[in-house]
Amino acid sequence: MNLKISALEFIEEVKTGNITVEEFTAKTIERINQVDDKLHAFLSVNDDAIDQARNIDKKIKSGENVGACYGMPISIKDNMCIKDTKTTCASKMLENFVAPYDATVISKLKKQDAIFIGKVNMDEFAMGLTTEFSAFGPSKNPWNIEHVPGGSSGGSAVSVSSYECIASLGSDTGGSVRNPASFCSTVGYKPTYGLISRFGLISYANSIEQIGPLTRTVKDTAFMLNLIAGIDPNDNTTINNNNEDYLEGIESGIEGKKIGIITEMMGEGIDPEVLSATKEAISKLEGLGATCEEVSLDMVKYSVAAYYTITATEAGSNLARYDNLRYGYEMPVEGYEFNSYISKARKNFGPEVTRRMIIGGFVPSAGHAGKYFLKAMKVKSKLTKQINEAFKKFDLLIAPTVPILPFKIGEKIDDPVSLFLVDINTVTANLTGKPAISIPFKIVNGLPIGIQLLANSMDDKLLLQAAHALEQTVTLPEVPI
Amino acid sequence: MTKIGLEIHCQLTNLQSKLFCSCKANYREFEPNENICPVCAGMPGSLPRLNQEAVKKATMIAMALNCSTPEKIAFFRKNYFYPDLPKNFQITQLNIYGDTSVGGSGTISVGDKKIRITRIQLEEDPGRLIYEGSSSKNQITLVDYNRAGTPLVEIVTEPDFETPKEVRDFLNILSDLLKNLGVADPTLEGAMRADANVSVHGGNKVEIKNIGSFHDLEKAAHFEITRQESLHDRDIPIAQETRHWDDRRKITVSSRSKEEDMDYRYFLEGDIPWVKINPEIRTELKSEMPESISSKKERYVTKYNIPEQVADVLSSDKFYSDMFEKSHTESNAKEVANIITTELMGLEDTREKRESSKLTATHLRDLADSIQTGKVSRNSSKNALHEILKTGKSVSQIISDLDLGNVSDESELLKIIDKIISDESEAVEQAKSNPQTINYLVGKVMQATKGKADPTSTLNLLKKQIGI
Repeated sequence: MNLKISALEFIEEVKTGNITVEEFTAKTIERINQVDDKLHAFLSVNDDAIDQARNIDKKIKSGENVGACYGMPISIKDNMCIKDTKTTCASKMLENFVAPYDATVISKLKKQDAIFIGKVNMDEFAMGLTTEFSAFGPSKNPWNIEHVPGGSSGGSAVSVSSYECIASLGSDTGGSVRNPASFCSTVGYKPTYGLISRFGLISYANSIEQIGPLTRTVKDTAFMLNLIAGIDPNDNTTINNNNEDYLEGIESGIEGKKIGIITEMMGEGIDPEVLSATKEAISKLEGLGATCEEVSLDMVKYSVAAYYTITATEAGSNLARYDNLRYGYEMPVEGYEFNSYISKARKNFGPEVTRRMIIGGFVPSAGHAGKYFLKAMKVKSKLTKQINEAFKKFDLLIAPTVPILPFKIGEKIDDPVSLFLVDINTVTANLTGKPAISIPFKIVNGLPIGIQLLANSMDDKLLLQAAHALEQTVTLPEVPI
Repeated sequence: MTKIGLEIHCQLTNLQSKLFCSCKANYREFEPNENICPVCAGMPGSLPRLNQEAVKKATMIAMALNCSTPEKIAFFRKNYFYPDLPKNFQITQLNIYGDTSVGGSGTISVGDKKIRITRIQLEEDPGRLIYEGSSSKNQITLVDYNRAGTPLVEIVTEPDFETPKEVRDFLNILSDLLKNLGVADPTLEGAMRADANVSVHGGNKVEIKNIGSFHDLEKAAHFEITRQESLHDRDIPIAQETRHWDDRRKITVSSRSKEEDMDYRYFLEGDIPWVKINPEIRTELKSEMPESISSKKERYVTKYNIPEQVADVLSSDKFYSDMFEKSHTESNAKEVANIITTELMGLEDTREKRESSKLTATHLRDLADSIQTGKVSRNSSKNALHEILKTGKSVSQIISDLDLGNVSDESELLKIIDKIISDESEAVEQAKSNPQTINYLVGKVMQATKGKADPTSTLNLLKKQIGI
């Protein structure tokens, strides 16, 4: 049984009867049992998976309608609600929280007969880019387990790249899908803001984050997007995509497209290997008939500062509800007045979340908002203006997903500022609401490098076409685990 | 000089659902924590879903109070920790980053005075804390989230009131206006709450929070003015502070918490996109708005010749003016208005009485017609009305059952008058010398006919028989 197949290949195999869903699911669970001790991608594995697989096999046999996923095993970042399933956000605060409802993406995939093989690891409340801030221990990079897998959707990237599932859903607030996708050599996509419903995604910074798939191929991402995109009455920020088919025409190529190379993401602080890989990617795109030219977005230099100011502000508010009064963990109430109870209960947040909430209490406060929060909002709007200007001239933008190679676990954990700077190339898409994708491009010294493409709002289809074209130019070695 | 400004919170009680989910806006019938869902309970991952009807109704209120309405409205988060607040922030509106709340500045006339409205905002109500246990040792606090997310309109006024009486007059007008718009029933328990800002002699402003009813709002203003005046008289400085209205003792008490120092870290609620309220929507809302109280009043006076005071009372009460609209005809309008304002309002002065009443529009129309055609005297109509409310029987049935029909037969009335004249010879003599006293004899006739005689014809016949 080959677990390394893509989503589209899996569906064909099941449809043609070459494999049963039960066999594939059992093999997948076996694989998880084999490798996850080392990798720690999963926080929980679905006990009902085999039963669900059998039911889908029965439906296939009896000729009933089967959903488009055909029992495909998908892992879900543990910040999305699956009814009656623990949803922890990798936090002690929600260690025992069982979601009472399904996120919109979950109910859509359930209807399509996806099997949620398990909930995967992340930085606590999606704050981090290594998974080292998970309250339940870090995930490891399958390319080299001494290295971080990226984050915050690290568990998603690890589970896809090490064949513990076929696809995964992550969430991307400042690069949290694209960063681990780049570090683990999977496709990672952050759609236009509003394209995928966030209902049931536990908010970190709601004004800029999106759910996004992590897959083996760009086509698989388009397939997933077809199933989960579109307007949702439960999320007022979703936009109508007129049921766009993202697979249709995905092989159109990029002949004649204009691609801007973001100057500010190609200079200072970039690893020479990453720089040369990006240049390689650019010449490959030119070889496919695109024209590439540098474009400056000078607001990018303030983007990380603006990003952390805005996200901390929203996080301070979004995470205020975790006061342990309505749900959470065991902590007796006897002898507390409510303020002291809430303060004590909230000590269960980990260090990174605590740090960002302290910042989040300060930067928008009266007397400081003008210096920090409002200034950050100005950067956001100026950056958006600049990128809109760039998209008048270019169809797509290109930059490395992450300026550096995956680093070692523990290497940067005590240096939050240098860790923050790793986000420099990814936050722009979030602050401006633009779609962006990371494509696996190269393995250097056994470590992956991803290339990022960005497109204008609602040009997600074009973005996937370009990403597919670039993907076809590369052949990568297999993950050594 | 006394200055009072108000912040009035009014639930949009007539809406079907809460502001951000489909739980019931009318939470009063539920057992604790049964009218909740992941959204209004602030469960992780839930998102607000804006109730467009609430935006419409709030905009109507703004228009009815002559407030400006912006092209686009936005929502903000007000961040603070409190156990009745499921998300530990309240979704509300603000005007500090431009006019983005449903209503901007406006005015409303109260008597000869214009009261300026500062702004009107749409926001969610928090849940409720319930304290149980007598001594502080075994006291526990329970939280009921049924109310959480109920649509609330906050109406903020400038400090334009100078007396508690003006406050009361304003509240009456506001309450009538809200009822007339059909957006709220301010008489429901907890539907209307207020904060008041009070200062005297240009001194410090004191904020009184937590006033649970309109009735108490006037009292609280009165108490606070008296308290501040007495401090002022003794040259004791008045502290700028927040006080709470003690509902039980009917006094204001200094709050220990420094609420004025709270930093709410307001910022835009990203989960709710800006809502456009373009001119077409405003025109549509205007056409959907019910006739205003003042225009109703004018119509009653000019069209039906109803006296000004009667028209005033009738038009400002939605319940009775609706009833008037349903029951009157071109010819009996004045009589219907008369029955409602002089009799019915006294008989149906509570919600319970209104609900148990069996009166219909047909009853009122028939009763007014019967008075106008002389089938029943105005006097007897009162008894008929009582009976209608109780039994719901038809007007003609009641007139015959209770024998309320007018003694219209002159010969019959004459017999009764002759008997009275012979029985009351002393009074008859008196009437001859002093015609004023004839009223005593009229009274006697009325007594004998159980009020069924027509007073005018009785008087005329009496005069004729006595010979004066």
